[in-house]
Amino acid sequence: MALDKNQIAKRIAQELKDGYYVNLGIGIPTLVANYVPDGIHVTLQSENGLLGIGPFPYPDKVDADLINAGKQTVTYVAGAAFFDSATSFAMIRGGHVDLTILGAFEVSEQGDISSWKVPGKLVKGMGGAMDLVASARNIIVAMQHTNKGVSKILKKCTLPLTGVKCVKKVVTDLAVLDVTDNGFKLIERAPGVSVEEIINSTEGKLIVEGEIPEMKL
Amino acid sequence: MNKVVKDAEEAIRGIRDNMTIMFGGFGLCGIPENTIRVISKTGIKGIICISNNCGVDDFGLGILLKNKQIKKMIASYVGENAEFERQMLSGELEVELNPQGSLAERIRAAGAGIPAFFVPAGYGTEVAIGKEEREFNGKMHILEHALTADFAVVKAWKGDTHGNLIYKYTASNFNNMMAMAGKITIAEVEELVPAGELDPNFIHTPGIFVQRIFQGVNYEKRIEQVTVTKN
Repeated sequence: MALDKNQIAKRIAQELKDGYYVNLGIGIPTLVANYVPDGIHVTLQSENGLLGIGPFPYPDKVDADLINAGKQTVTYVAGAAFFDSATSFAMIRGGHVDLTILGAFEVSEQGDISSWKVPGKLVKGMGGAMDLVASARNIIVAMQHTNKGVSKILKKCTLPLTGVKCVKKVVTDLAVLDVTDNGFKLIERAPGVSVEEIINSTEGKLIVEGEIPEMKL
Repeated sequence: MNKVVKDAEEAIRGIRDNMTIMFGGFGLCGIPENTIRVISKTGIKGIICISNNCGVDDFGLGILLKNKQIKKMIASYVGENAEFERQMLSGELEVELNPQGSLAERIRAAGAGIPAFFVPAGYGTEVAIGKEEREFNGKMHILEHALTADFAVVKAWKGDTHGNLIYKYTASNFNNMMAMAGKITIAEVEELVPAGELDPNFIHTPGIFVQRIFQGVNYEKRIEQVTVTKN
């Protein structure tokens, strides 16, 4: 069975380490915050100027001056800090953020990523995605493996790029893949999903070595 | 020294057609509502607008857009605005999209007297087209130039008569750097107090960057996405 969005988030949460500063993109990445493993403390960074994002506020605590990068109302945790956008991107560009988790339309076997523009259809702008992928020490992409059966795990991206040679790991509804110098390496498969199914759903070069374990969720 | 002006009408004196104006805010958070409202009533047109976003259809910079007062938009993210998309696709509106951190740093650099700088963001993408490229420490970078403006319009929570500003929560965003980058910076604040009342230990924007300040009125503070935890 292919994973649902929450299960993808849950699998990615296993990559979190105690003390990490993490930037979560919009969509599936945001759900990762719900599955932080017990005993692990991470600090969530929001590029609009908050280190230490808390849960959504109770209805009577909603404040227009307190939002996340998705423009949703949020709260802040004890020990949080607020700052301007230049300082926020100094944290990102300066390599102070340990892990960036974001969505994508496509990734390539070189670690390139397309996530911001579909020519003629969707032109909303890149926001902070280009800064994040160019500078984060570690980047995990959360995405669907295919779009209506057509692979999004490619030899070469077809859509305008967000960044080049930057993705380190991809977690899809079917598999966990590491991006290596020689292509995608299959690390884990979703429960009940066969290696053959993953091979058939992957256009880019896929390295399969030995027995591939199922994800533990 | 008198930086205090009565209201937004007085603050925008000198803004003319075809000027470059920066507006603070992220989405609708921390936008200078009063000044935008007043500019929308003036008929000033041909604005080259620098702002992270362009408001929504009927609020914030979206009003200036609907009035066709904006000639060119320099931003990082412009979703959530149907009229923007229409004007961009029809060619009425010129658009320059920037990686958000590069946009923030271009503005900061202008205020800090740095004409250009290298960043890795955008290397290998269409953002790099026409820009000088250079390798530092084994990594490729592109040259980005400082962004200045005839006027910068910012919004703060508290300000004093010397122009010192304090922002609330995530409403600092682009306001703090834009205050540095305007040839003339207008600050509108929710609460204007006499110099000496704000604790100098907690000033975000020192008054030297601000030329005009006024107390705003009738803040609507719209929220794009109200998300809550149920009681």
